[in-house]
Parts: sequence; C-alpha cells; structure tokens
Amino acid sequence: MGQPINEIQEELIEEFGLFEDWADKYEYLIDLGKKLAPMTDAFKTEENVIKGCQSRVWLHAEKQGDLVVFQADSEAIIVKGMISMLIRVLSNHTPAEILASDLYFIDQIGMSQHLAQTRSNGLVSMVKQMQHYALAFS
Amino acid sequence: MAEKLNIDQIRADFPVLHQQVNKAPLIYFDNAATTQKPKAVIDALQHYYELDNANIHRGLHTLAERATTAYELTRKKLATFLNAPSTDQIIFTSGTTAGINLVAQTFGRANIEKGDQIIVSNLEHHSNIVPWQMIAQEKGAEIKVIPVSDEGVLDIEAFKALLNSKVKLVAVNHVSNAIGTINPIVEIIALAHAVGAKVLIDGAQSVAHLAVDVQALDLDFFVFSAHKLFGPTGVGVLYGKRDLLEAMPPYQGGGEMIKEVSFAGTTYNELPYKFEAGTPNIADVIALGAALDYLQAIPADALAAQEEALLAYATEKLQVIPGLKIVGTAPEKIAVISFMVNGVHPQDIGVLLDKFGIAIRTGHHCAQPLMERYGLVGTCRASFSFYNTFEEIDRFVLCLEKTLQMLQ
Repeated sequence: MGQPINEIQEELIEEFGLFEDWADKYEYLIDLGKKLAPMTDAFKTEENVIKGCQSRVWLHAEKQGDLVVFQADSEAIIVKGMISMLIRVLSNHTPAEILASDLYFIDQIGMSQHLAQTRSNGLVSMVKQMQHYALAFS
Repeated sequence: MAEKLNIDQIRADFPVLHQQVNKAPLIYFDNAATTQKPKAVIDALQHYYELDNANIHRGLHTLAERATTAYELTRKKLATFLNAPSTDQIIFTSGTTAGINLVAQTFGRANIEKGDQIIVSNLEHHSNIVPWQMIAQEKGAEIKVIPVSDEGVLDIEAFKALLNSKVKLVAVNHVSNAIGTINPIVEIIALAHAVGAKVLIDGAQSVAHLAVDVQALDLDFFVFSAHKLFGPTGVGVLYGKRDLLEAMPPYQGGGEMIKEVSFAGTTYNELPYKFEAGTPNIADVIALGAALDYLQAIPADALAAQEEALLAYATEKLQVIPGLKIVGTAPEKIAVISFMVNGVHPQDIGVLLDKFGIAIRTGHHCAQPLMERYGLVGTCRASFSFYNTFEEIDRFVLCLEKTLQMLQ
C-alpha cells in the first residue's frame, strides 16, 4: 500500500508552510516543476492534450495492478509545478481512493488561483480528467 | 511642445489605481484589454440609477424624459467625437464584436454573394475574422488575407494585388491589439474604394489613442467599444455611412426597431433605431457620455505625448533584458509592447508579475493567426495609458528581471 492521499497532502502543506513570502513559495513550485519526471514522449500525443487558453497540458494514465499511474507535462513551468504536486498526491492510488479524494492542499498552500484561472492553463480540466480516468479504471 | 499633463492629478481621477495588489501597489498595464474608469464615469452610473432610471423613448413621464435626453446626448457627443455627419449614423451596440457581427449579418448578407471576396488582415483580432468566415461560409464567398511583415507592418503591395471587383468588403483594424501597429487606413480605404469595395475599420484599439474623423477618412463602417475608451463595459458604437445603413436590412427584431407591427406585415423604424431592438444599455450609454467629456477635457496632444514618451521609455528599458525580444516593431505604433523571452513561457511571466502587483496580458491575445505567423504560442503584452508613469515602468522592468531570475 502506498501512502494515503491525505498524508501526502499534509506533507505538502508542511513543506509550503516553511516559506514566509510568496517568492520563496513560487521558487519551490518552479523547482518542483523542473524536477517533474519527464513524460514518455510517446504519450505526448494530440489525444492526451488538454488545451488551456494559454498553455497546454498533456496527461497520460494507465493502470498498474490495482493502481492508477499518471504522467503529465506542460509548456509552462508553474503549471508543471502544480502538475508535479497533483501527481505526487494522486498517482499510485486506487481508482476508489482517487475518486474519494478532496484536494484541499491546493487552497491551504495558497495556490488556488491556478485552479481559478479556468480558461488559461488547463489545470482544472486536468484534475477533472484525472478523476475521469479513475472512474474509467474502477 | 505639447502641454505636459499633471499625472498625479489625472491618477487621482481613477479610483481603481489606488490599491495594493498582492501587497504591492497596483501597476495596471493591461489597458489594451480594458481601460480603467474615471470617477466621473462611475458617478454617472450611480447618478442614473439613483435619480433617473426609466425606460427610454416611449415613456412620457419626467424620469423617462430625463433618461431619454441623457441617452441621446451621448449619441450627439459621439457624432461630434467622430465628426459624423449626423447622429442617426451612430448606432449603439454591446461592443466591437457585436458591431462587426451586425455589419456581417446585415450588409454582408445583403451584399455578399457566391464567389465574392472579403479581405481581412493577418493582424486581426478573432472578432474581425470569425464573423466574416461565418458569412463567407454561408454565402460561398472567399476570405483573403493581407500579409504582415516580420516587424508587424501590413504589406500594402500584397493588398493591392488582392484587390479586384469581386472584393465586396475589406475589414481591418485601425490598430493591432496584439502588437500595437497603427495601420495605414487612409491608403487601405482609398485602394478598396477604387475597386468598389466597402471598408469596415475595427477601432477598438485606436479610439483611446488616435483621433478619428469618419468623414475625412471616408469611412464606410467604424466600430469600437466604450470600455476601451474609459467608459463602461457592454456598450459599443457602430458608425456607418447613411446610404449603407439605410439599405441594410434590420439585424435583430423586437421593440424599438419597428414603426408599426401587424400580423399582415411590419414596417421598420428609421435610423438609428432600426438597429437598436429592445431596451438598450441605457445607464452605460449615459456613462460613456461622461467618459467622452472626461477625455475631451484633457488636451489631446498632451495625452498623445505622454503615451509616446511611455512607449519610448519602456521600449528602451526592456531591450536591455537578455533574451527579451519585442514582437511588433512597426514604426507607427501605439503604446503597446508585446514581447517574449527566450525559453520562458509567457504565462509564467504573467503569473509572477501579478504577484508583484503588475497586471499585464499574456497569451495569444485572440489573434492566433498572427501568433502562428510569428511561430509563437503567445506573448506578454504591456499596454499603457496616459495615467501610467515612468516610475511604474521602472518597477515593471525591475520586477520582470526578478521574475526571469526565478524562472531561468
């Protein structure tokens, strides 16, 4: 069994809690984006693309045993940082765990604006798509 | 030498400018998207709703008369502002997009036939492309495109080569929203008229910066939005030549646009009401009048001088940033700077500048064909107005440098 989703969320909240000003927080987020595991090129297809108004996100999901494993990428580094956290929280969990999850950490670390920009970055659609994959695999 | 503006005094007229955003003083450099509103405009809205609110034209009570007079006064002010020959040729719409669609669906439907051509430019906003594609598709007409140079200048020789008797309409913007180029509309209009084509000029980006004399320019159609001219959102203006407007069929049916209605047949109202079906956006039209008054109280040459100086200063300051490239370097530009930085996605720059309290626009600026022409996913766009300052540009450049350090 992997680490429970909420435990990972708590870890992220703690990590972001270390930073006092926004610049440190964003530097960490950018760093997470840079360190995001590269997406397999074969999965960066037109079918896997989620079009935001300003930048694209690619999302691939597959089932490994009982668990859903996600890979994703984006053209924009801050979006990549967000993706990196979403993958850390949701990947390698069962469809039921993913479907039951409530991503409260985003609000708590002060990054909800990136999910509020509904048209610009594709992140909202990405979260929805992750849930859809979980449903399809359940 | 133009009289110098008292910028502090002007800024005091714009309440929104005096606030902290993300714990920093707001710097508003997104004026091409929408301009801020002077207190006089906000007051006009409040005054209307507190004292004069009534439906216009048909009521005979005092409030209806006051509201009608104020509404029609804006039309008069607009006729003066544009030097239109009459107030009847000023039609209120909901914005530039609505004005273009109105012309496409009325003039276009009546005059464009199978095999005809409509010319647009590579610099257009989607709203001056899609309505023409729709009517072209419906009628079996063709869209032709005036190409644009690497600097962002329209290729007039190529335009001349596109012109022929099949061209029924040329639709170009006065100023490019994405890169700020001022297009040579005098020449474009003369060339189009020489082959019998009519011209629609999208003035959304020009009215706040350049004087427009519809008669001197021999304009057939001119459209713009109030909200880019320090007025409220939800109001636009369509100017048209009288013979064209009179020959055009009505657009939307409803109240106000009719003379008499019976089940045997309906007769339509005269200009401009023929095109203003339903209760219009009364309050915002009245507030647009206040915006025009405000703008006309500022000496136009001083205003232009301030914007030119801001453009020159920001262009010089930005050019020293390593890897930064200004997109759109036409010799004739309004105070808009579109730029990109090597290896950095514009969206990331926009997100971080916002953290510094700086509002710019990033993305394709609803001009995807232009972005495609330059092989870009988008740009960052800083667009200035006369209420912006040199100190703001200094802080913008400093914060942009910090932003790039974080991203690179």
